[in-house]
Amino acid sequence: MGKALRAWVLLMLIAIAGVAMAQAIDPLPFRDHGEELRFQHLTSELRCLVCQDENLADSNADFARDLRHKVFELMQQGKSDAQIKQYLVDRYSDFVLYDPPVNTRTWLLWFGPLLILIAGGCVVGYTIRKRSRADTVAAPTDNGDDW
Amino acid sequence: MSRLLPFFAFLLLATLLGFGIWWNSSHDPTAVPSPLINKPAPAFALPKLDDPAQIVSKDSMLGKPYLVNVFASWCFACGQEHPVLMAESKQLGVAVIGYDYKDEAADAKAWLAQHGNPYDMVIADPSGHTAIDFGVYGAPETFLIDGKGVIRYKRIGPLTPDVIAQQLKPAIDALQKEAP
Repeated sequence: MGKALRAWVLLMLIAIAGVAMAQAIDPLPFRDHGEELRFQHLTSELRCLVCQDENLADSNADFARDLRHKVFELMQQGKSDAQIKQYLVDRYSDFVLYDPPVNTRTWLLWFGPLLILIAGGCVVGYTIRKRSRADTVAAPTDNGDDW
Repeated sequence: MSRLLPFFAFLLLATLLGFGIWWNSSHDPTAVPSPLINKPAPAFALPKLDDPAQIVSKDSMLGKPYLVNVFASWCFACGQEHPVLMAESKQLGVAVIGYDYKDEAADAKAWLAQHGNPYDMVIADPSGHTAIDFGVYGAPETFLIDGKGVIRYKRIGPLTPDVIAQQLKPAIDALQKEAP
């Protein structure tokens, strides 16, 4: 009896948790689970412009909800992910994308770290070469007393 | 020379840091550059706030440049901007259209009655759907649209006397020079 009751309560709790998660931000009438997953993936890659450190999927801002509904609406019209992103970029610039595209304005962002790495590598290489050259010159006269 | 190298490297980093601080204090780091500048304004058809039966559209506004000022009664910064508009909107030389963004009509009317109405006309977008086409993500925002319906200037954040004198006025003057 006790066991059955416990199982029943557990089942109810799981059901309630499932409903709560599905309704977490705002319920949209998805056709199927695949569409919902696609929606969540897409909105997680888009920035909320009001609260700029949050993505559209997680944000509770009123504006983020409006944009989520717009994304949903565009999905219903059969637009592809790329078309939806382009729609938002046309209005809000590349800034809405969390993954910035490579172009003339972002090449420093993309390749800056590589430039710094190369510069650092050059300094290290130059120093090692100089030291090893100094060593070969110094070696014959060095008796090892310094050590 | 090689002993000074770390010093120069430090100097370079310090300069970079200083530049970063200067850049962030003289620019709004959260401002999103509008890709709509020098592009046609999106088509819109919105009702007037005081007479919802009348629809104002982009086509009906063609011919003369105008300013669209996005505001809302709930928007704090709009309250700061409002006295500036009250003082200067009539001297701008273009029609100033108020764009009531995601607002209750009654709230907006009460707000304008209380603080004064600097607008030649107020249109209402309670759902905020059209605002998405304009790339609006907050209020206040201001768009300068020319007679051909092209967005020529955009301000994110409140208009101040400085911004009007240094940015908006020159943009309007440039428009009026090319008009005749």
